[in-house]
Order: sequence, then C-alpha cells, then structure tokens
Amino acid sequence: MGIDVLSFSILNGILYGMLLFLLASGLTLIFSMMGVLNFAHASFFMVGAYFGYALSGRIGFFPALIVAPVLVGGIGALVERYGLRRVHKFGHIGELLFTFGVAFVIEEAIQMVWGRSPQNFEVPAALDFTAFTLFGTGYPAFRVFMLVVSLLIFGGLALLLTRTRVGLVVKASLTHPEMVSMLGHNVPLVFMAVFGVGSALAGIAGVIAGPLLVTQPSMAAAIGPILFVIVVVGGLGSLSGAFIASLLVGFIQTFAVAINTSVADVFGLFGIDTAPTFLGPLFTDIWSVNVAQIGPVVPYLLLVLILLFKPSGLIGKRA
Amino acid sequence: MTRPEREIAADELLGIHGLHAWYGKSHVLHGVDFSVKRGEIVSLLGRNGSGRSTLLKAIMGAIATRGSVTVNGAEMAGRKPHEVARAGIGYVPESRDIFPDLTVRENLLLGQKAGGGGSWSMDEIFDLFPVLRTRADTRAGVLSGGEQQMLTICRTLIGDPQLIMVDEPTEGLAPKMVAAVGELLERIAARGVSILLVEQKLVIALDICHRLYVMGHGEIVFEGTPQDLTAAPDVRAEWLEV
Repeated sequence: MGIDVLSFSILNGILYGMLLFLLASGLTLIFSMMGVLNFAHASFFMVGAYFGYALSGRIGFFPALIVAPVLVGGIGALVERYGLRRVHKFGHIGELLFTFGVAFVIEEAIQMVWGRSPQNFEVPAALDFTAFTLFGTGYPAFRVFMLVVSLLIFGGLALLLTRTRVGLVVKASLTHPEMVSMLGHNVPLVFMAVFGVGSALAGIAGVIAGPLLVTQPSMAAAIGPILFVIVVVGGLGSLSGAFIASLLVGFIQTFAVAINTSVADVFGLFGIDTAPTFLGPLFTDIWSVNVAQIGPVVPYLLLVLILLFKPSGLIGKRA
Repeated sequence: MTRPEREIAADELLGIHGLHAWYGKSHVLHGVDFSVKRGEIVSLLGRNGSGRSTLLKAIMGAIATRGSVTVNGAEMAGRKPHEVARAGIGYVPESRDIFPDLTVRENLLLGQKAGGGGSWSMDEIFDLFPVLRTRADTRAGVLSGGEQQMLTICRTLIGDPQLIMVDEPTEGLAPKMVAAVGELLERIAARGVSILLVEQKLVIALDICHRLYVMGHGEIVFEGTPQDLTAAPDVRAEWLEV
C-alpha cells in the first residue's frame, strides 16, 4: 500500500469512526440508562437523514443541520415518555421488543412518505469543492466538514458530561437512579432528556451522512448491526470504550476496502504460487479471496471473538 | 361515627397517618401513626425486619403505600421521591449509596438543590467534617466506611432539608467513628434541622433524641421519651433486646 492510500485511509477511517461514535455515544448512554439496547437507534439516524434531505430543499442545508436533529430529538423524547416508560414495568424483554417495533414503524413510515427508492440528497454547494490535495488526489471539503462537526460534538458532549452539574446528574443517574431522585432530582425527566439528546445526536449523524451514504429506507438496517458491534466491543455502557471501538471499526472498514491483498498473495510470500489442487475447488475459491472481500465480515468476527474471550468488552464494567 | 379530619399541629413537620405499605405482595406496614415536630430529634427503634427502613422509604414515596404522609401540612402520598425531597425531607439510606466514580465534591454538588441558595455552604459542610475538605477531589469510592457515611449525611444536608432521616448511620463503624456520627447529628440539630434517626445502638439513640417510637411487626408498639423507655423494661425485652 502506498503512502497516498494509507493517508486517505487514515482520514476516512477517522471520519467513519467519528460518525459511528456520534451514533454509538447516544446508544451507549441510553443503554446505561435502560439496561437494554435500543434497536430503534439506527432508525433515528435514518430519520435524521430524511428530515435533513426534506428540510434542505426548503430552508437550506445548514439550517436543516440544526432543525432536523431537534425534531429527531423531540421524537426520541416522546418515544421515551409515552412508550418506553410505560413498557418499562414489563421488564427488559418488553423494552427490547418495543424498540424493535419502533424501528419497523419508522422504516415503514419512511417508505410511505418517501417511497423505496434512494433520495437525491446532495452535498450542499457551499461545501462541494476540494478541501486539499494530497499526493495528487483531492479530498472533498464535505468530508472535512463532517469530521469537524463530529469532533465539535464529541468535545461538547465530553465537556457537558465532565464539567457541568447536568453531566453529574446524568452520570449519577445512570448508576444510582433511586438515590439521585431522593436528593431531589427529577430522574424520569433526566432519562427523557438523555433519550432525546441521544436521538438528536443520531439525527445529526444522519444529516451529515445522508449526502455521503445513500439516503434510502435500508440505511438504518445497514448501520444498525455495526453499532451493536461497537457498543459490545467497547464494553456495554462505556463511553470511552465506545469511542475506541468506533475508531477501530472505522479503520477496519476503510482499510479493508483499500487493501487488495489476497490469500494467494500471502502464500506467495512463502513461494507458494498456485492453489494446491488436491484440496478441491472450495480451497481454490478461498485462494483468490482478497481482504476487501473479507472486510465486511471483520467487525462481526471481532464481536464474536470479544464475546468469547472478553465478554465485558474493551473497557466494559458489566459482564 | 366517622373520624373527623385529622388536626395538624402548628409545629408538626412530618405527619404520618394510617400508613400501609407493601413490598410486592407482602404487607409490611400496618397502619402506622407517627409525627416529627420542627427542631425535634426522634428515634425510631426496633429489631431488624420490624419495618423501620420500609417506613422511611414509604415516606420518600419510593414504594407503594396507602394512607397519609404530610410535610408542613401538605399531602405527599402518591408523590415521587424527588418531590418529597424538594418538600424538605432528606433521606440518608442504610446502603449509603455514595456515587463511587464521582469525587467527594461532586457528590456534594449533587446534593445541592437546583439553583443553589441553600442555608449550608460547601465550606460549612467541610467545617462539619474536615476530612471531606482534604479529600474533596478524591473519588468517593476509595473513602473509608465511616468517611462514606459522613459524606452521605453531608450530601443530604447540603440540600437544605428541614428534616433529615438517617437509617442506621453507625452500622459497621468503628467506635471512634460512631461517636463522630453522634456528634455530627447533634451539630446538625443545633442548626434547627429535625432528625429522624433509625438506630439499633440504644445508647446513641437514647442519648440524643427528644422522643422515640418503637416498631414491631410493621406497627408502632411504643411511643414516649427516652426516660419512658428506660422505665419500661417489658417493652425493651419484648421489642428491642435480642
């Protein structure tokens, strides 16, 4: 791999990783709070992309970047207040099934409004230029913008959680909700707000990812499993774990695409140039598989390995 | 004949009337009547399982109840714990429940009511128990049991309650720490804060309280002054001594 491919892969890896963290941070906070994974989280991401697309056409991309996440956050808060909170008394299975149901409702609703085909969510004209050129290849300004937005939100979230009283209330509520309420804090309101903010973060990710990925009804289903890999690999409920796992998965996925090495190349290093035919045609097929083809499997393989050998995740406290 | 509406004495801070409570299906409190006046220190005695801790949780609105709980005459039954806390009731649970990953100072900040303006400043709290000042930026999880107990009491106190309910504050503490807890409670009382103390150690309870109740099987079985209890060996034998 040349230095040019390496540089771009690192940039794209960080970008994709930060985008994943925008989603994983909200999911992690919500997990810490409810004790169950929110299956609808990736759906809020998709709603963000569609709202961003629809609003961009009317009020422009940048206002949409503010308004769409606010709307998505509002929907999230309502789902918590009038849905999850009622289902809570039926236990975790009930909550899990409820979020599963919400995910399907959202997907169907989006298909009803916008149809099944992909939307033409374009990069805004103001950001449709080449930010810089490296080794003769241009890097799009929109990607730089995505990276900056993700980093700003990451910084803001970190400051909010570590430096403010609200952050203290949230952190303490995640582990000792009863005690926090006995000190006079309205914990149900805190939970609703966390759910709302988490959904809004997913919404922001949707708006900035919409023009880059394809805005279509299957985008939630495409990113959802990867998110679960991240929160499990990072350690359920751990924000720093989710951050590391997001970057890890971001790098795995971008590097895998960039590397063309195949099984044959690896054996070629040891002087074995042709597939041993005595092992049959299946082996001959495996022989020609390259890393780019294996790439999509790697995060899930990582998930399986983590569950087998370190079930608490990289930085997890819960088993 | 129906019972007339209960009269609430002018100096009554906390009033409990005909309070029943349940843990799941088991009926734990069977019609408790009970009160604490402003500035009063009241002890709640009884063996393990007599319902004392349940009574405190019921007052906070943390478990299902039937009956009446009033704070300064305002009905609290059916209210949520944070509403009861905001009405002026502070609760220090037996399990202590400090926030172990937060620092001592952060734990205290969480005790302050939103908007601040309480009658206890952070400095005054540190003066009550100076060890907390020297360990202000230490993670609360690494404090000793006694220090954690002091922190939970101080954390509730900084929220400016009119009544502080303390559940078994000396449980598992070394004798020196037990004395320090007793001293802290007296200094709190000197500022006019009412105290409801659940305690197994009779000496402390009798020493500092104005009035006491003895609980057994989810009911109040004795009410009086410390002198009354000293003069009633049969009550002590039946409901307190092991």
